[in-house]
Amino acid sequence: MPTIVDLHRSTDSAVAVSVSTGVVSPVTPRTFTPRKKKKPWKSWLLFLLFAGPNVALLIVFTYKPLVQSLYYSTLQWNLGSASAIPVGLGNYVTWFNDPGTVRVVTVTLIFTIATVGGGMVIGLLFAVLLNRKLHGRGAARTIVVAPYVLSGVAVGLLWLFVFDPNFGITAALLDAIGLASPPWYNDPHWALVMVIIVYLWKNVGYVALIYLAALQSVPRDLLEAAALDGASPVRAFRNIVLPLLGPTTFFLSITTLLSSLQSFDIIQAMTKGGPLEGTTTMMYQIYQEGFQAGRAGYSSAVATILFAVLLVVTLIQMKYVEKRVHY
Amino acid sequence: MATQTRTARRRKPLQLGGYLGLIVAIAIMILPLAWMFLAGFKERDEIYTVPIQWLPEAYDLSNYAAALAAVPFGNFFLNSTITTVIGAGLKMLLGLTTAYAVVFLDFPFKKFVFGLVIFALLVPQQIVMIPNFTLVASLGWINTYQGIIVPGLASAFGTFLFRQHFLTLPISILEAAALDGASHWTRLWRFIVPISAPTIAAVALVSIVSEWNEYLWPLLVVDRSDMMTLPVGLTLLQNNDGVTNWGVLMAGTVLVTVPVLIAFFALQKRIIAGLTAGGVTG
Repeated sequence: MPTIVDLHRSTDSAVAVSVSTGVVSPVTPRTFTPRKKKKPWKSWLLFLLFAGPNVALLIVFTYKPLVQSLYYSTLQWNLGSASAIPVGLGNYVTWFNDPGTVRVVTVTLIFTIATVGGGMVIGLLFAVLLNRKLHGRGAARTIVVAPYVLSGVAVGLLWLFVFDPNFGITAALLDAIGLASPPWYNDPHWALVMVIIVYLWKNVGYVALIYLAALQSVPRDLLEAAALDGASPVRAFRNIVLPLLGPTTFFLSITTLLSSLQSFDIIQAMTKGGPLEGTTTMMYQIYQEGFQAGRAGYSSAVATILFAVLLVVTLIQMKYVEKRVHY
Repeated sequence: MATQTRTARRRKPLQLGGYLGLIVAIAIMILPLAWMFLAGFKERDEIYTVPIQWLPEAYDLSNYAAALAAVPFGNFFLNSTITTVIGAGLKMLLGLTTAYAVVFLDFPFKKFVFGLVIFALLVPQQIVMIPNFTLVASLGWINTYQGIIVPGLASAFGTFLFRQHFLTLPISILEAAALDGASHWTRLWRFIVPISAPTIAAVALVSIVSEWNEYLWPLLVVDRSDMMTLPVGLTLLQNNDGVTNWGVLMAGTVLVTVPVLIAFFALQKRIIAGLTAGGVTG
């Protein structure tokens, strides 16, 4: 059974699933073969009644538009316009030759690696901390997860005030140690750092939560045996716990990568892709080209490229997971 | 014996470090939220001041009044509630019936249908937003509830989770229902849904939260302020005259986040169960 990931919404993708054990295949058949052989079409009709509406919605709003998007990417077409000029692969050629593309790809890579990698490291640290027998760890877990359920727009706006270079918390903290606040709003690099920090703050609780659940399933006697053998806690963690967390790490690498690549709310609320397009990721570029600049054909080409990358990366990860994770 | 005393000696500083870490983690998570709450009560001169002033002099609600006067928050709230309740409700219904069909009914292309549902998980909303926007616009659904709700209605993830759950149900109960001559519809609602209540609640809560926070799609299909949802409408308070009025903006942000925070703290057990559902790997 492959790993399955919800890509539709950042919050949704929280609830994603990876199953590598036999949860999926039941021994007993679940379908009730009727006692007296009824006409099979009756059961088929029922199936269509039960599953049909959902499948129809998926076809109309997911699969058909996926194909349409591919077609739009071959057009020079402005959103809302009645006429379009077929340009073949013109939009793709334009994108690959655009000097701005290097920057968009760089921003996307930095944002993705920092949010995915940073999120996993900090999330694991939090999980280890929350797994210790400390008073108040239950409340701490709740607090750490809380930002994850908040609206990305609201989170972006409240952090914008935290980062205010004159009147915000970061300015005050930096001032206390004799530093001036970096130009979070006006410098493209600092703005990117800013949105990465906010993304991490909002989403790290989810990673911590999943790691915590995995840590709690690590057999205690294994660790006790290691302690009796004189292994230090750090060594026990590296040699026993980390390998056991392997499947969770792979699962998180897929879900967090996919939700990071789709992040929109925080960037829109904080920087709108700026300044100087310093926070324009590919996903944000798709929105901007399609709905701000109105270049729907070009936007569809970028969307197609990104989808292709997503698909390839996910498939590679799944293959890797299947190979590595069974034991 | 020797090991025991050694671990005992080592435990003390480790515990201390643990509590220190816990406090730092909690502070990082809470400080920005506290900053938002406090700013909602601050006068202009308490916000635009160096060094920063943490606590407002008085807890008056003038920023809230200003936020409510500037944009139709009542409408935002109503619109968010309607789209969330209907959207999440129908999504659950679709997920339950599809999962039931996939697990309990016969159909020649069952595997294919399930694959179709699951593969949809790999298609981000942003990839298909231009065709969907064009379709919704051609239907005249701009600035309507159906325009906000319908394109994201299909249940892929819920279907998957419910299917996983249905496969673990004790078959004897279902066989008894079948012998009773109950129709499939009755079996679903009388037998399966009641014993699946915890799973359904967990999935429903996560679905409600994500529906409530949904931003990109409502942003695209709504441009009339009286049809906006909370996240979309909130941005109207931003930068109206070039300078952000932080007090009013933070008051608005509090109005958007507080309902979710209250719900989260009240139902955290179920929500956390929903978030981790299936996330735990085998």
